[in-house]
Amino acid sequence: MTLEALNYVTAWPEIFLLAMACLVLVVDVFISDAKRDFSYFLSQLTLIGTFVLVMTVPVDGREIAFNGMFVQDSLSIVLKLFILALSFVTFVYSREYLKDRNIFKGEYYVLGLFAVLGMMLMVSANNLLMIYLGLELLSLCLYAMVAFNRDNGNASEAAMKYFVLGAIASGMLLYGMSILYGLSGSLMLSDIAVAITQADDSRIGMVFALVFILVALAFKLGAVPFHMWVPDVYQGSPTAVTVFIGTAPKLAGFAMIMRLLVEAMGELHTDWQQMLIILSILSMATGNIIAIAQTNIKRMLAYSTISHVGFILLGILVGTNEAYASAMFYTITYALMSLGAFGIIMLLARKGFEAENIDDFKGLNQRSPWFAFLMMVLMLSMAGVPPTVGFWAKLAVLNMVVQIDMVWLALVAVFFSIIGVFYYLRVIKVMYFDDVVDDQPLSCGRDIQITLSTNALLVLALGLYPAGLMSLCISVFA
Amino acid sequence: MFADWPLLSLTVWVPILGGIAVLLSGDKGDAAGVRRLALVIAVVTFILSLGLYTGFNSSTAEMQFVERHEWISAFNIYYHFGVDGISMPLIILTTFTMILTIIAGWEVIKKKPAQYMAAFLIMEGLMIGVFAALDSILFYVFWEGMLVPMFILIGVWGGERRVYATIKFFIYTFIGSVFMLVALIYMYYQGGSFAILDMHAMKLSMDEQLLIFIAFLMAFAVKVPMWPVHTWLPDAHVEAPTGGSVILAAIMLKIGGYGFLRFSLPITPDASHALDWLIITMSLVAVVYIGFVALVQKDMKKLVAYSSIAHMGFVTLGLFVVFQIWENPANTDGSGAILAVEGAMVQMISHGFISGAMFLMIGVLYDRMHTRNIQDYGGVVHTMPIFAAFAVFFSMANAGLPGTSGFVGEFMVIIASFHANFWYAFLAATTLILGAAYTLWMVKRVFYGEVANDNVRALKDLNQREFVIMSILAIAVLVMGLWPAPVVEVMHATIENLLQHIAVSKI
Repeated sequence: MTLEALNYVTAWPEIFLLAMACLVLVVDVFISDAKRDFSYFLSQLTLIGTFVLVMTVPVDGREIAFNGMFVQDSLSIVLKLFILALSFVTFVYSREYLKDRNIFKGEYYVLGLFAVLGMMLMVSANNLLMIYLGLELLSLCLYAMVAFNRDNGNASEAAMKYFVLGAIASGMLLYGMSILYGLSGSLMLSDIAVAITQADDSRIGMVFALVFILVALAFKLGAVPFHMWVPDVYQGSPTAVTVFIGTAPKLAGFAMIMRLLVEAMGELHTDWQQMLIILSILSMATGNIIAIAQTNIKRMLAYSTISHVGFILLGILVGTNEAYASAMFYTITYALMSLGAFGIIMLLARKGFEAENIDDFKGLNQRSPWFAFLMMVLMLSMAGVPPTVGFWAKLAVLNMVVQIDMVWLALVAVFFSIIGVFYYLRVIKVMYFDDVVDDQPLSCGRDIQITLSTNALLVLALGLYPAGLMSLCISVFA
Repeated sequence: MFADWPLLSLTVWVPILGGIAVLLSGDKGDAAGVRRLALVIAVVTFILSLGLYTGFNSSTAEMQFVERHEWISAFNIYYHFGVDGISMPLIILTTFTMILTIIAGWEVIKKKPAQYMAAFLIMEGLMIGVFAALDSILFYVFWEGMLVPMFILIGVWGGERRVYATIKFFIYTFIGSVFMLVALIYMYYQGGSFAILDMHAMKLSMDEQLLIFIAFLMAFAVKVPMWPVHTWLPDAHVEAPTGGSVILAAIMLKIGGYGFLRFSLPITPDASHALDWLIITMSLVAVVYIGFVALVQKDMKKLVAYSSIAHMGFVTLGLFVVFQIWENPANTDGSGAILAVEGAMVQMISHGFISGAMFLMIGVLYDRMHTRNIQDYGGVVHTMPIFAAFAVFFSMANAGLPGTSGFVGEFMVIIASFHANFWYAFLAATTLILGAAYTLWMVKRVFYGEVANDNVRALKDLNQREFVIMSILAIAVLVMGLWPAPVVEVMHATIENLLQHIAVSKI
C-alpha cells in the first residue's frame, strides 16, 4: 500500500492542526508566564491556518481517505468551518477571563485545539471506530477543561460528574457499536447501512443496538432524560470553558447523529423517529419549564440548551434531506446565539466577580446601553422572536414537522416555546427595567468588544436575511 | 411625483432607520436635538404616507404600490408589500398618530429620551409593515417584532406595576400569535405559498378551516382585544407612558381588527360563517358587560381602556355580522353587509383618533398631578378652562355624539346589525347610553363641581405644545364626523370585493 492510496491530502487540515497543537504544547513549556500571550496567538494562528486549509482542501463531491476511515464531503467541510470559527471566537472571549483568574495557561489552548481536532474527526468519520475516537478525544479534553480551575470545588465536582456520566455514555455507545459490528461484520458506516437493508431476522438486534447508540447520543447532546450533567457542568465550569462546551461540540454532535443515524441506520428511520419524538418532547418540556426557576444565568442557559436540543431533534426526526438542513441551520444558529450570550456573561465578569446570577444583569442598560441591546437581541433570538435568526431556525424546523403531517408535534413545540419566552424576557427585564446594583464600569479589551458586537449583530443580520445560510445548509444535503 | 418611488418600503424603513439614528445619537448629548430629529423623521414618514393617499386609485380592489422581491427562496418567502383600501387608511392613521405621540413625549420624558423616541419610531415602521405586508411570514415578522419596542416602552417608562403589565402584554400576545404561525405553515404545506393573496384563493375543507380560524382567532382576539382575553389591556394601558397608551389604543388594537379582515374572513369564510355566533356573542358581551365594567372604574386610564374594549366590540360585530345579514330573508339587497364592514373600518379609524385624544388628555392631567384617580380631581374647569373644553369635546366623541367621528362608525354598525337581528342592534345600541354614562360621569367628577383641593387649584392650563396636539385631534374628529365620505370612498371598492369573495364557499 502506497502513501497515495491513503489519500492523506484530504486530511491535510487535521494533520496540520495536530502538528500545530503539539508545537503549542512544546513551545508553551519554554515560555514564561509573562509571555503566555504567545501561546494564545499561536493557537489562534493554528485555527486560522486550519480554516484556510479546510477551505482549500481539494474535494470533489465526496472524498474517502485512510482506507475508508475518513470522509470529506460538503457536510464535513461546512461543519468544520463553523467549528473552527466558533472556537476561534471562544478563544478571543476567554483570554481576559482566564487572565483575571490566574489560570491563563497554555494548557487551555492545547486542550482546546485537541478538542477541535476531536470534533473535526467526528465530523469526518466514516467508520464506527473513528466516531468513537473523535468523541473520546473531544470528551477527554472537555473533562480536563471543566476542572481547569482546579482550586474551585464546584468545578471539580462538575468535572467529576461530567466524567462519570460521560464514561457511562461512551460505554453505551461502544456496546451499541459492538452489537452492530456483530450483526453486520463491519465497522464501516456504508457496510452497516447495506447490512441493515438486508437484515430480516437480525433486524430486532439492529434496533437493540440503535437504542444503545441513541442513548449515548442523547447523553452527549444533553437530551432529557439524559441531561442531568448539563446544568451542573455549565454552572460549575469556568465560563470560558462553558462557552466552549456550549457551542462547537453541538455541531460535532449534530454530525455524529447524521453519520450514525442517517448514514448508517437510515433504514431504521421509523424506529428512531419514535424514540426521537419522545426525547424531543421531553427535552423541550423539561428544559423550558425548569429554566424558569433558575436564578443562575449559566444554569438557565443550560436548561435553555436542553430545550434547544429538543428542537434540533425535532428537525432530525422528520427524516428528509430538507429537514436535516433545517436542523443544521438550527444547530449553527443556536451555537452562534449561545456563543454571544456566554460572551456577554464573561464581559460582565471581572477579577474576583462572576456575573453568574441573573440579578448581576440589573440595570445593564444604564451601565452600557450597547451591550444591553446586544444581550436583548441574543435573548430574543433564543426565544424565537423575529426579526432575529432564532425565529427562522424555529420556522424552518416547524415547517418540516408540518410537512410530514405532524401538526400536533408542531403545536407541542410552539406551546413549550411560549413557556420559554418567559425566562428570556426576564433577562431583558432585569437589564432594562431594574435599577443598577453593581455600578462598576465594564472593562474589557477592544478585541472582545468588537468580536462580541459582530457576533450579536450577526444574529440580527441573519435574521433580516437568512436566505444565504439557509441555502448553504440545503446545499449540503442536496 | 411619488409615482416611481418604492413608497411602502420608504414608509416602513424611514422610521426604522431613523429610529436607529436617534438611538445612536445617544442620551448623553442634547435631548432637544434628539427630539427634533425624531419629530422630523415622524413628519417625513407622514408626508411619505400621504403619497399613498394621493396616488391611490380608489376605483379598484387590486393591491397597489406593490413591491415584490425574493427574500428566502428556500421557503418561497417574498419581501412583498402592497396596500388596498383597508390597509392604506390604517397606515396613514399610524403615521399621523405617531407625530402626536412624539410631541406628547416632548418635555415629559426625562429618562433616556433618545431610547424612548427611537422605540416609538422603530415601532412605527414595524406597524406600517404589518399593514403593508402581503407575505404572511413578512406579516408575522412585523407582527411579532413590534411587540419588542412596546415591551421596552411599558417596562422602562411605565408606572409602578409596569413589569407585571408589560410581561403580561408580551406573553398574551405571543401565545396568540404562535398558533397563527402554525396555521400559516400548515397552509404553506397545503398550498406551497406564503402569499396572503394565494391563501385567499386556496381551497380548504371545513375541518381545516375551523382549526385555522381558531388559530387566527387566538392571535387576533387577543390583539383586538375581545372579551374574555382582554385582561392584558387595562394593565398595559394603566402602566404605559402616555405615548405608549396612545399607540396601543390607536394603532395596535386596530391590527387585530385588520387581521380579521385580511386573514380570518377571506381565508376561512366558511368557518367564519359557522362560528360567527361566537364572535358576535363575544362582541356583544364586550359592548355591554365591559361598558358596565368601565362605569365602576376609579382610575381614568383604566376607564378609557375598558371603553376601548367596548368600542372595539363594534368592530368585530360589524365584521362578523355580515353572514347573518345575508341570511336574513327580510333583507334582499344585501346592502347591509357592506355598511357593516365599512362601519367597522370607520369605527377603527375614528377610535384611533378619539382614544388617542382621551389618553393624551389623561396624560396632560397626569403630568401635572401625578395621579390618575378620579377622586383626586374635581373642578378642573375652573383652573384649566381651555383644556376642559377639549376634554368635554373628546368625551362627547367617545360617547358617540352625532357630528363627531365616534357617532359615524357606531351608527353604521348598529344600522347594519338591524338587517341581521333586532336584538343585536338593540344590545349594541346600549353603548350609546353606557358610553355616555361612564364618559360623562367621569367628566362630571373630574372637571365640574367645586375645586377639590389645592393641587387642582394650582393647575396651569394647556401650554402651546399641548394645545396644538389637542386642536389637531379635535379637527380630525370633527372632519371624520361631519364628512366621512372620503374615508369610506377609499375603502369602498376593496370592501365590496372582499364581501364578494367571502360570500363564496371555499369547500
